[in-house]
Amino acid sequence: MSIINNINKAFDHRIRLGIMSILMVNDFADFNMLKELLGATDGNIASHTKALEKEDYITVEKQFIGRKPNTRYIATKLGKQAFKKHIDALEKLIGK
Amino acid sequence: MDSKKYLDDISEIKNMMRKSSRFMSLSGLSGILAGVYALIGAYLAHNIISTIGKEPNEIRRFFTTLGQLDYLLIIALSVMALALITGTILTYFKAKRSGEKMWDISSKRLLLNFALPLVVGGLFCLVLIQYEYIKIVAPATLIFYGLACVNASKYTLGGVRYLGITIIAIGLISTQFIGYGLYFWALGFGVCHIIYGSLMYFKHDRH
Repeated sequence: MSIINNINKAFDHRIRLGIMSILMVNDFADFNMLKELLGATDGNIASHTKALEKEDYITVEKQFIGRKPNTRYIATKLGKQAFKKHIDALEKLIGK
Repeated sequence: MDSKKYLDDISEIKNMMRKSSRFMSLSGLSGILAGVYALIGAYLAHNIISTIGKEPNEIRRFFTTLGQLDYLLIIALSVMALALITGTILTYFKAKRSGEKMWDISSKRLLLNFALPLVVGGLFCLVLIQYEYIKIVAPATLIFYGLACVNASKYTLGGVRYLGITIIAIGLISTQFIGYGLYFWALGFGVCHIIYGSLMYFKHDRH
């Protein structure tokens, strides 16, 4: 039972899972990098990053590179812990 | 519950972590060809150097050496240019085939981390030449190139790490066999590239 409880609903979607995986191994990722790696649409990435931001799993930094707006996403400490727990739970479930 | 879905999730996580942090499209074939160019270059250089050695008159030998220096430099630069061009072209096609972009964050990061030790090493070798420590130029080029490979390996195919370590070892060994720099160059830049390039080719390029 306790393992199932560690399965995090917030990561129960391919795009959100992908975003977190990318942010676990990179200091940050910008919008286009996420879009390219995950092969998703603008709206898709926007809604899923918003969902993760609402959970405080990622933070968003908006800045300008020259005149172009650039959005960077960074995993929070909380987000990294939660994702680690999620991976552990997944691995345990497969192991059984 | 559905363990197939969990398994898919785990493999998706692994895939994304790898894809976002490592540039996987580096062509193994280009490693093989770089090695072949290096061997051809070493052979040509060896021919030039041995004709100089045959010249009995010391003064004339000195001037022949000066005259041939340009040729040696041209050979070295051509080998490097050919290897770079081939590597870029083959990597471009491999990236295209696997749906990766050639010029993205992961390839930029790879290039930067490869270039840093290499540029430092290159400058350091110029200093060695400046103070006429010619004897350790060949070992130094091998060692710095090896370090560049080890450093870059964190951002690309894991095999590059072993290539780097092998070349560092060859560089260190060559410090004890001064005067045989060209042979160690051929071994390090030629033979090692061919061996490790083939390993990477069979492991990653062929599907």
